[in-house]
Amino acid sequence: MLRKKEKQIVSDFEHRKADPAGPSEISEAYDLGEAETFGKLMLRMFRENKLSAVSLLVILLMILCTILAPVLTPYGETDMDLLNRLQPPSGDHWLGTDEGGRDVLTRLLYGSRVSLMVGIVPTLLSMVLGALLGVMAGYFGQWTDTVIMRLADIVLAFPSMLLAMVIMYTLGGGLFNVFLTLTLMNWGSVARIARSETLRLKKSEFVEAARSIGVSKWKIIFRHILPNCLPTLIVLFTLNVPAAILTESSLSFLGLGIQPPGASWGLMVNTGRQFLYNAPWLSFVPSAAIMVAVLSFNFLGDGLRDVLDPRLRKQ
Amino acid sequence: MKRILQALLVLLLVSLMLFGLLRIVPGNPVAVLMGEHANQATIDRLTAELGLDQPIHVQFFRYLSGAVRGDFGTSYSLGKPVSGLMGTAFVNTLLLSLAAALFAWITGGLCGLLAAIRKNSIPDRLFMGFSLLGISMPVFMAAMILQYVFAYWLHWVPISGTADWRSFILPAVALGWNSAGSIARLVRSALLDTLEEDYIDTARAKGLGKSGVLFRHALRNTMLPTVTMMALQLSALLSGAVITETVFSINGIGRLAVQAITARDIPLLQGTVLFSTAIVIFGNLVADFLYTVLDPRTRKEA
Amino acid sequence: MKEALIQKEVLILDGLCAGFPARRGEVRVLDHVSLSVPKGKITGLVGESGCGKSMTARAVMNLIRHPGRVTGGRILLEGRDLLSMRKKERRMLQGREMAMIFQDPMSSLNPVMKVGKQVDEAVLVHEHVTHAEAKRRTLEMLEAAGVPDPERRYHSYPHQLSGGLRQRIMIAMAMVCRPKLLIADEPTTALDVTVEAQILDLMKEMSAKGTAVLLISHNLGAIARVCDDVSVMYAGKIVEQADICTLFDRPRHPYTRGLLSAVSSLRDGSEVLSVIPGHVPNLARLPAGCSFSPRCSCRGKECMEKTPEMREISPGHRIRCLWEEPGKKPGEKELETEGLAAE
Repeated sequence: MLRKKEKQIVSDFEHRKADPAGPSEISEAYDLGEAETFGKLMLRMFRENKLSAVSLLVILLMILCTILAPVLTPYGETDMDLLNRLQPPSGDHWLGTDEGGRDVLTRLLYGSRVSLMVGIVPTLLSMVLGALLGVMAGYFGQWTDTVIMRLADIVLAFPSMLLAMVIMYTLGGGLFNVFLTLTLMNWGSVARIARSETLRLKKSEFVEAARSIGVSKWKIIFRHILPNCLPTLIVLFTLNVPAAILTESSLSFLGLGIQPPGASWGLMVNTGRQFLYNAPWLSFVPSAAIMVAVLSFNFLGDGLRDVLDPRLRKQ
Repeated sequence: MKRILQALLVLLLVSLMLFGLLRIVPGNPVAVLMGEHANQATIDRLTAELGLDQPIHVQFFRYLSGAVRGDFGTSYSLGKPVSGLMGTAFVNTLLLSLAAALFAWITGGLCGLLAAIRKNSIPDRLFMGFSLLGISMPVFMAAMILQYVFAYWLHWVPISGTADWRSFILPAVALGWNSAGSIARLVRSALLDTLEEDYIDTARAKGLGKSGVLFRHALRNTMLPTVTMMALQLSALLSGAVITETVFSINGIGRLAVQAITARDIPLLQGTVLFSTAIVIFGNLVADFLYTVLDPRTRKEA
Repeated sequence: MKEALIQKEVLILDGLCAGFPARRGEVRVLDHVSLSVPKGKITGLVGESGCGKSMTARAVMNLIRHPGRVTGGRILLEGRDLLSMRKKERRMLQGREMAMIFQDPMSSLNPVMKVGKQVDEAVLVHEHVTHAEAKRRTLEMLEAAGVPDPERRYHSYPHQLSGGLRQRIMIAMAMVCRPKLLIADEPTTALDVTVEAQILDLMKEMSAKGTAVLLISHNLGAIARVCDDVSVMYAGKIVEQADICTLFDRPRHPYTRGLLSAVSSLRDGSEVLSVIPGHVPNLARLPAGCSFSPRCSCRGKECMEKTPEMREISPGHRIRCLWEEPGKKPGEKELETEGLAAE
């Protein structure tokens, strides 16, 4: 009985629309998350921003290629053919072969698994970690805030590439460690944004209302604050994915990320670089793949930001 | 003053974290360094000599007190003092980064400015397309394309090295390309926002012409977010320098760090990373200071 | 005869139209606005927000934001048509012969520039004087605008000043070249009531010295306090024009009556707040006939079919309404006992 009442009061506050005195941005953000279905939102985005639609298509296509890689090419990921080393693009090998006679297109398709996973998994992890810590810092304040935000300051003070290098050095190469490194690197900026968002929401009426009727702290955090941070976080996610892809490719390019014989686009560029002058496609093809992926995610992020969170526009 | 203390605290914590991270690496670094066939007595002697047998906090304070005096220890792999190695490398990185920053700020700033003034025109779309390309292009890709086209193909500039100023052109452009994109986008949106402000109407009502409004009123306000951005770009530039220096074989801080990792040279890695981070923190301080100069609202009442 | 009239009238708007291009045709924001602002007097322009008051001011000062634009009519400043002038010529009049102050003195002042410098600038743009001379003029004007301790305030930044002081700075900036016309767009809306009174008095003072003032406000109290003539605006059209006494004593347009009764019911403290029902109409979809008809308490059939023209009902008193006399709905013969029977 009491629970029901609590729910009702809080939802009354949450659904108060267009209150001229209240922070209308909050109700807007909330309305978008609640009232507009996902499909409608996507439609709106595509209408307003054609490029984001194309980008989403490209991303979906890439994911499809990744899954279907074994079906799409007749070659295996590590099939060597020493008689056909460093062949330029041809009918048999659309994108040529590398120094071991492996088909570049095949390597590219398999490599996209790593690159896309590296883009998405650690970003997701760092979002969860950063959002939780940031919301806690913002909501509890005091020493929790100090400790968490100082930690974030430290992480953010490093030039990101050098921090990644140090962590990779400590952990050693490999896919899992790349995940861990990128997560440790990226949670800081997420935490900062989640914190400021929380500080803003904390002052809002529906949180005050929930608090005034004795809803527990954690419940407020999980039921009221986090869901309201969601639009911002989704936008941040699409903007952090390309950053993560770039960082991984840079690490692998330096030989500090994915280790051979595994394939990632960055690693392909790294090995291809030795043959830059006699087989430039070895480095340029995977580079271009990275760029297309990053560009697509950036466009998608731009489009999402415009429909989801106008406040982020200025950043 | 408070900001300076804060920066120092962050720097201290950074060095602590860095120190910690590099000591977690399993195994005795000396043993790794000497290879499999070294005898135990030599390893022990060297370990003691390097102070690695001490408890970790003693090691840290030793390192810290050294670092404050400019002594970052001796490189394992090169056998020279880290500070000396960094000194020469720093000059190269500084030249490279300055040139890159100059390129990024000038081209990025101008493109953003023109794009904002001629909003939705063809140059606007062109510049914005280019800037997105810049943001999305990995630094090594830009570097390699430039190297391939202008050095290998056209022979306009040296392929690598630091022999003369011309060899800095390509690395600087490759490194600045990325930042130029972000700066162009930021300047454009900031200027467009500023031009919407009420005081721009006031200036126009006063009878100021387009250029008067732009240069006397809009630009300074546009610079505020740009200054913050520049500080962020400093960190990105130093990150990108690692890649650029590798591609163009420039002996800078970044390349030194990569070499240190390959050689498992902890003092060298620690020194280079700490030094770079210190530069970033210092850069942020400068940006903060600049911001106060530019924006009277953040100044304290005298 | 006409010449003499133009001499006295500093600003004449003659059938001014402005609009935004829309998907189909354009949205007309100003529809044949005609009014005049005579020398030494304060002319008020009243209306709800969004009715086109600010747009009128912006049209005069050439500040209409893209993609809006003036589409017709004339704007005469002492007989010279601003719309047919060259850009530069017109710009040089701005700040020198006509000036404007804005609603929010905080956002209307450049936050990173000393206020004194901002006033100086107005002088320096138009007159070839030294910086020292400009400063002297500024200080003099600040003093006249009631800024205490001008020498110190000269070096202040906007955020260091109170709202009232900022508006005084704005007034000083507007008046420093002694313009013939001052347009004040809701100059007191962002201010406290006491400060509002001071600012209004200051404007009265300025007009007494010979400046023609166009005061735009939604606040009838402010209008009543200082204005000599008033125009009431609704949905981009002027609906009633009269001198202040006539307008407040014998308002004829139902909209004006609505506005006035909303104020007086507040003053009387009566239980029921009198409001005009309905909303400001969407300018893109104006009703047929009289724009006000959907909200009008005394509309007749004709009102929804025929668009009323401006007509003079007594010397100097013009309305845009089909109403012939109080109590009688247009197009209907019988007398209405309800509605505005209080007349």
